Amino acid sequence: MSATPGSARPPWTLTATELIGLLRSGDLSATELTQSLLERIEQVDRDVRAYITVTPERALARAAAVDRARAAGEDPGPLAGVPVAVKDIIATKGVRTTAGSRILDNYIPPYSATVAERLDAAGLPMLGKTNLDEFAMGSSTENSAWFPTRNPWDLGRVPGGSSGGSAAAVAAGEAVWSIGTDTGGSIRQPASLCGVVGLKPTYGLVSRSGLIAFASSLDQAGPFARSVADAALLLQVMAGRDPRDSTSLPNPVPDYSAHLDDGVEGLRVGVVSQLMGEGVQAGVRQRVQEAITLLGKLGAEVGEVSLPTFDAGIDVYYLIAPAEASANLARFDGVRYGLRVDGEDVAKMNSRTRAEGFGAEVKRRIMLGTYALSAGYYDAYYGKAQKARTLIIRDFARAYEDFDVLLSPTSPTTAFAIGEKTQDPLTMYLSDVCTVPTSLAGATAISIPCGVAPEDGLPVGLQLMGRALDEVTVLRAAHALEEELGPMPHPPLWGSPSE
Amino acid sequence: MSDAAPELLTTIGLEIHCELATATKMFCGCAVGFGGEPNTRVCQVCLGHPGTLPVPNERAVAYAIKIALALGCRIAPSSIFHRKNYFYPDMPKNYQISQYDIPLGLAGSLDVTTGAGTRAIGITRVHLEEDTGKSLHMGSGGRIHDADYSLEDFNRAGTPLVEIVTEPDMTSPDEGRTFAQELRSILEYLEVSDVRLEEGSMRFDANISVAPPGERGAKVEVKNLNSLRSLHRALAYEEVRQREVLAGGGTIDQSTRHWDEKSGVTRPLRTKEHAFDYRYFPEPDLVPIKPSPEWLEGITAGIPELPPARRRRFIADYGLTPYDAALLVATRAAGTFFEDAVAGAGNVEPKLVANWLANDLLGRLAERSEDLATTKVTPQNLGALVGLVAAGSISGNQGKVVLDEMIATGRPAAEIVDERGLRQVSGRSELEAVVGEVLAANADVVERIRAGDTKPQGFLVGQIMRATKGQANPAVVQELLRDLLQR
Amino acid sequence: MSISKEEVEHVARLARLALTEEEKVLYAEQLGRILGHAARVTSLDTEGVPPTAQAIELANVFRPDEPGKPAPSLTQEEALANAPAVEAGHFRVPRILEAED
Repeated sequence: MSATPGSARPPWTLTATELIGLLRSGDLSATELTQSLLERIEQVDRDVRAYITVTPERALARAAAVDRARAAGEDPGPLAGVPVAVKDIIATKGVRTTAGSRILDNYIPPYSATVAERLDAAGLPMLGKTNLDEFAMGSSTENSAWFPTRNPWDLGRVPGGSSGGSAAAVAAGEAVWSIGTDTGGSIRQPASLCGVVGLKPTYGLVSRSGLIAFASSLDQAGPFARSVADAALLLQVMAGRDPRDSTSLPNPVPDYSAHLDDGVEGLRVGVVSQLMGEGVQAGVRQRVQEAITLLGKLGAEVGEVSLPTFDAGIDVYYLIAPAEASANLARFDGVRYGLRVDGEDVAKMNSRTRAEGFGAEVKRRIMLGTYALSAGYYDAYYGKAQKARTLIIRDFARAYEDFDVLLSPTSPTTAFAIGEKTQDPLTMYLSDVCTVPTSLAGATAISIPCGVAPEDGLPVGLQLMGRALDEVTVLRAAHALEEELGPMPHPPLWGSPSE
Repeated sequence: MSDAAPELLTTIGLEIHCELATATKMFCGCAVGFGGEPNTRVCQVCLGHPGTLPVPNERAVAYAIKIALALGCRIAPSSIFHRKNYFYPDMPKNYQISQYDIPLGLAGSLDVTTGAGTRAIGITRVHLEEDTGKSLHMGSGGRIHDADYSLEDFNRAGTPLVEIVTEPDMTSPDEGRTFAQELRSILEYLEVSDVRLEEGSMRFDANISVAPPGERGAKVEVKNLNSLRSLHRALAYEEVRQREVLAGGGTIDQSTRHWDEKSGVTRPLRTKEHAFDYRYFPEPDLVPIKPSPEWLEGITAGIPELPPARRRRFIADYGLTPYDAALLVATRAAGTFFEDAVAGAGNVEPKLVANWLANDLLGRLAERSEDLATTKVTPQNLGALVGLVAAGSISGNQGKVVLDEMIATGRPAAEIVDERGLRQVSGRSELEAVVGEVLAANADVVERIRAGDTKPQGFLVGQIMRATKGQANPAVVQELLRDLLQR
Repeated sequence: MSISKEEVEHVARLARLALTEEEKVLYAEQLGRILGHAARVTSLDTEGVPPTAQAIELANVFRPDEPGKPAPSLTQEEALANAPAVEAGHFRVPRILEAED
């Protein structure tokens, strides 16, 4: 693979910010860049297994179009030519979209998600569709019907989930940046476990049209990237009102990159005491504490804050999300698309189709959600959970009177071994304890890598949470910290690319 | 049913579904329509593809509010959609987006007048929802029972529906049918639906129970009522059936029955619908509807004079009988046409205009598959025609001939009359000569009449009409005959 | 807390999921434990607290009554492209009413 001029580093190793400069100056073509990534995929994906579907022709065609436009003196857009990977829960017209499920094994959407359309309009060639926990239900990508994705830092460990493929692709150099979805932490947690940046936007900021729905009041698409600056650029393309989504916010979209370098002088940072306690792995707590100290050095006013409702967050989430999911997944019935297993009558056909098409975790959540909504139980479970959600939102509001951003580890642990937590669903659910509250509040949060844990050498992620629609502040704080922390090591699989 | 036990009371409630006459579906941009090739008015949203989201049709919401206001409902300051969850192959998402405990409109009422008097029927609620697709049952002559398999067409899926639920305030099949008729009229006036029962754009389900006064009978739901006639027949049948069961010492279970129009009976419906737990919860993909005062005012201003008020006004201002008023108020077009025709008729009794419109014009138009919207006859033209007849310028028979030409050509009455020389001859002196001639030519008939046999008088009149080419004024002819025969 | 096998069967019927006997036992146990855990929610004091169905505060979001907005219709071919069974332009399904026993 050709090296980039003036550097021994292959294109696939560079950040989007670096690549944009090279593309604009003509030192690198979009086609060369895309080629570099496709070759990287071929080289490592048999080990990492980040991708379900790779789309080389489509990607190269888009790249070629970008190159042609530039050659003709047109401006194809600031980010044009920087390839992206897309989580396979996002509909892409004409391209197989499975949501990680057997029930959509042969499904080809007749339309594209708004997010996918915006990426394409911005000139980002799509490399392929990445692996995920089935219907975004999981925290390890082990629930994919196809195969588990492996953490590029240690192929015997999980990349996190549900957007494990998107996170691993960026961590392994198989994509410059990627799109995932976050319902209870499914962008932030895998970002943390894979040592990359992952952002969950405010609910309603990014269109949900084309996101195969898991929990409608929680789902959001967001960026994975190698740096905070890159994440800000990708968010810029994705954000903004969509007439196809009634819950999409009409607020004007700010320039997410404009204030990255403003620093954190005087920024009030609240460390959430509930999330720094016993359940947190020692090395994780250590790295997070070091980062907190750095923030103080940079001029932030760091304090502690207690949000008692956070203790119930997981339980609230695991009542609300499955309830909404049980209705969202009812459409998979073998009638209009997807898998069909025959039956003597429609009800039997539906039941057998869903029994064969859905994996165990999905079935479990459908059952849980159906139960929580059923006659006699609604008030006690779903109804009660929605009220508890209000309490969590009020808790946040109170905290944000005294603080501008809140801080916690993203995940209580580093990446665990494949198969380690699959015996007991409850154990897996607890991975989400730090991320779920922000989802319930519909607010925004980012995970950035803050070193590796001394005991296992695996990435530690730090979460910065912000008020709804305050991505600018969250990004500014994250960027300042990222700069101060210095470069993260690369996973061993990165190798020492000299070519 | 007149000997039914007098101590049992009938209680009826209706549930009406009305397809709105919007251009597009409730939650997507597909066209609304009837008929056509299957699955040609569909998109990823109304097919329930994964990842799709609903966006409400603004006009559909306005129409629903209009209906609620017309029925005297209170409009909810903030109403939301709910998901109603159940599996059925005509349901693209296996949940229907509907409304549950916070509907658009609540607590209205509509008066119904039957032979038994006028009563106010409560409207419990008016809400918005989306329609399902259509199933075609194969291998059983179209019936769902014994079908081998079914075919699904989603053209109708997603069509905006307004559901209107009444209080169980009706007490007879007559009241039920009259209510349904009145409601249909109102919906037609509001121009929110084409209310074609035969096409399914207005559908009824009825609930009926029979019990001693003060007690609550078990509610029986009756489905498959595709016309006002079916509604009446089914309710009448069910009333008798329930009374007979109770009289025989049996009990009625809360159940659902299917009306079979051909055999004229209701049958139990064997699907387990009553076992459904719909698990309603607020629709997370949609935001609340909070109608502003300005929006409500605008919608209210667009509500025309409705049938009840128009009927009262026609009776009071035009002296019409309740029967005639009801006829002319049945459609909005008929009443408007009538008023314009009265204005164009000059100094003529409105009753005459009413008769010509209801008896003569409408019938002829129906024969030609036309209606008041498509006819070439203007209200002013009709009025002028009636004026001519009332003034005696032409006879009633001549008027009908003129009307035929008016319908065919749209030309004004006076023009046709003049062209054909149809002016009625009413002068006594002109007619005396002709009458005299006819009498002279039929002396034997005259003898018989003078002898007391009045029957052949008609023959003489006919002869006189022939001799005058139908232009003799019949009233004057009668007078002359009476005079001349007496001599 | 515990969920009975009958409750699991009832929920599976509502959700159109055919479960094996082993699955019924497994889910009864797992759901029981998850819901037991969720008792932390049921014990919160939510007196007078309104539910949050949506974290955003939008209202009155509509689309105009115009064809093709916000997205165009599909052709019949596109509509049927993913269908498991098609007949005469329709989606074909097995008989709707359960077989007589």
